[in-house]
Amino acid sequence: MSIALTRASSAHFGLRWLWITPLVLVTALIAGTAIGETPIPVDTIVKVLANQLIGTDYPVDRIDAGIIWNYRLSRAVVAACCGTSLALAGVVLQALLRNPLADPYLMGISAGASTGAVAVAVAGLGAGALSLSLGAFVGALLAFGIVVMLAHAANSGVGGGRGVQAAGAIILAGIAGSQLFNALTAFIITKSASAEQARGIMFWLMGNLSGVRWADVTLAVPAALFGLLVCLWHRRSLDAFTFGADSAASMGIAVRPVRGMLIIAMALVTAVMVSIVGAIGFVGLVIPHAVRFIVGSRHTRLVPATALAGAVFLIGSDILSRVLISGQVLPIGVITSLIGAPAFALILVRGKRS
Amino acid sequence: MRLTAERLAWSVHGTPLLADVNLTVEPGQTFGLVGPNGSGKTSLLRLLAGLNRPKAGRVLMDSQPLHTLKQRAIAQSVALVEQQADTTDRITVHQVVSLGRTPFLSALRPWSTEDDAIVAQALADVDMAHMADRLWHTLSGGERQRVHIARALAQQPKILLLDEPTNHLDIRHQLSILELVRQLPITVVISLHDLNQAMECDRIGVMDGGRLIDSGLPQDILTPNRLQQTFGVYAHVIDDPVDGKQVMRFHSAI
Repeated sequence: MSIALTRASSAHFGLRWLWITPLVLVTALIAGTAIGETPIPVDTIVKVLANQLIGTDYPVDRIDAGIIWNYRLSRAVVAACCGTSLALAGVVLQALLRNPLADPYLMGISAGASTGAVAVAVAGLGAGALSLSLGAFVGALLAFGIVVMLAHAANSGVGGGRGVQAAGAIILAGIAGSQLFNALTAFIITKSASAEQARGIMFWLMGNLSGVRWADVTLAVPAALFGLLVCLWHRRSLDAFTFGADSAASMGIAVRPVRGMLIIAMALVTAVMVSIVGAIGFVGLVIPHAVRFIVGSRHTRLVPATALAGAVFLIGSDILSRVLISGQVLPIGVITSLIGAPAFALILVRGKRS
Repeated sequence: MRLTAERLAWSVHGTPLLADVNLTVEPGQTFGLVGPNGSGKTSLLRLLAGLNRPKAGRVLMDSQPLHTLKQRAIAQSVALVEQQADTTDRITVHQVVSLGRTPFLSALRPWSTEDDAIVAQALADVDMAHMADRLWHTLSGGERQRVHIARALAQQPKILLLDEPTNHLDIRHQLSILELVRQLPITVVISLHDLNQAMECDRIGVMDGGRLIDSGLPQDILTPNRLQQTFGVYAHVIDDPVDGKQVMRFHSAI
């Protein structure tokens, strides 16, 4: 076991590494901008950024500038936001539901988003007035609402041990809701989609950053920051759930409002991300577990570390998705799952042994 | 702090678990709860801790009704040691005990050296200071129980509620925890299965079928007659030749 875990009693103070966070993030963003089909030297990137951000006037190739500013940087920023949000949602759900397998898609969000996207793109819902993203967002919230209502109904009138039962109810309701919406998606595709539409929608379902532009950044950045701030603000509440909801209540946490607020906040943030880039799997499941392995399970450290790791992981996955097969962009969800699944298995095995 | 329960009732899915429980524990007293399995001891402790809202009646801290207080305000005065509370998190003993400071911390009141001192004292009180850096999942059942008690002590409660805290403990730690609890200058309600240990409480109450059927001084309550009626065992009382205290011996019921 690493020293960080066995000698973790200094958890309250072990935040000296935080200064490195912006450094790593900026490095990752620059890497995400530099690496691709056409490699662009870092000094060109710095010049373009300076021109755009602080109004300098370095001479740069206009095509390079276009690729950097309009295409790659916005894409890298959205990837970072998405990674941060999904990973944090995983942290929150795993802490609150006391289930290591909880992830942001548990609550029906990805299934609902898929149905919404398919309803707009294939079945023509909204007659062109709705965008794919908006359809996905509405679908995600609808599915989440149904899951919550189902969990609430299953949970009403329950007395003792409410924490355990509430957590179980949400997980079961999430599974039921996801299956329902997945069936709806499949139904719409088989009924109305042409082969080409089906291929396009499959791409979207596995995560697609290709269409990302600055308009998406202005949505993704505030959402990710909101998610991060909510998690940081409630880090002690998340810690207090270590021994379950009853234990949290006995240590002064208003369990129902705090848990409800955190889950809704994370569902909203996840819905925003899914509606921009599609359902990218495994980030919310693997990143929190991997980070716990390194910095321990206290949220004062876990939340910032997970936010950073999620961002870097998704920027890295996006780079891989663009360079792995030359001339072709893979869906980013394929990369995250190809890395995530074995990583998760490794964590599982090593965690059991140690 | 005085703890009062007035006509408490509690039920789950229509099954009544507690009915008409009246109880007063004076400041500084140690009150023992005894009774057979399923008699309502845990339910009563949960209501006293404010984890469940009673279906009828109310709980008072001094003259303040519990249900008018926020969870955080309750937790600043009342600590509960549950019977079973486990985690799969990789977390050290010190981190668990630090959780006890949660009700006092906020964004404006971060962790301080005072909190460090309180946690260190709580660990020392339950004889776990030397294991502060051990990981939770490497502890035995008894060690975990002591850590939970330390976590409750770190809350610096004015009222401490303990649900069968001596389960899993070896005899030395059973005695030292009970001794520690009795010496605390705070109000304590403790549920116990060992009736001889219950004899050491200031007062005890007997639970049966969701009702508090008797309460008072231990020697007045735990009579052979009561033991036969409520617990279904025959008992006789013998005098310890060393200190003259009364000891119960039990025989199986028919």
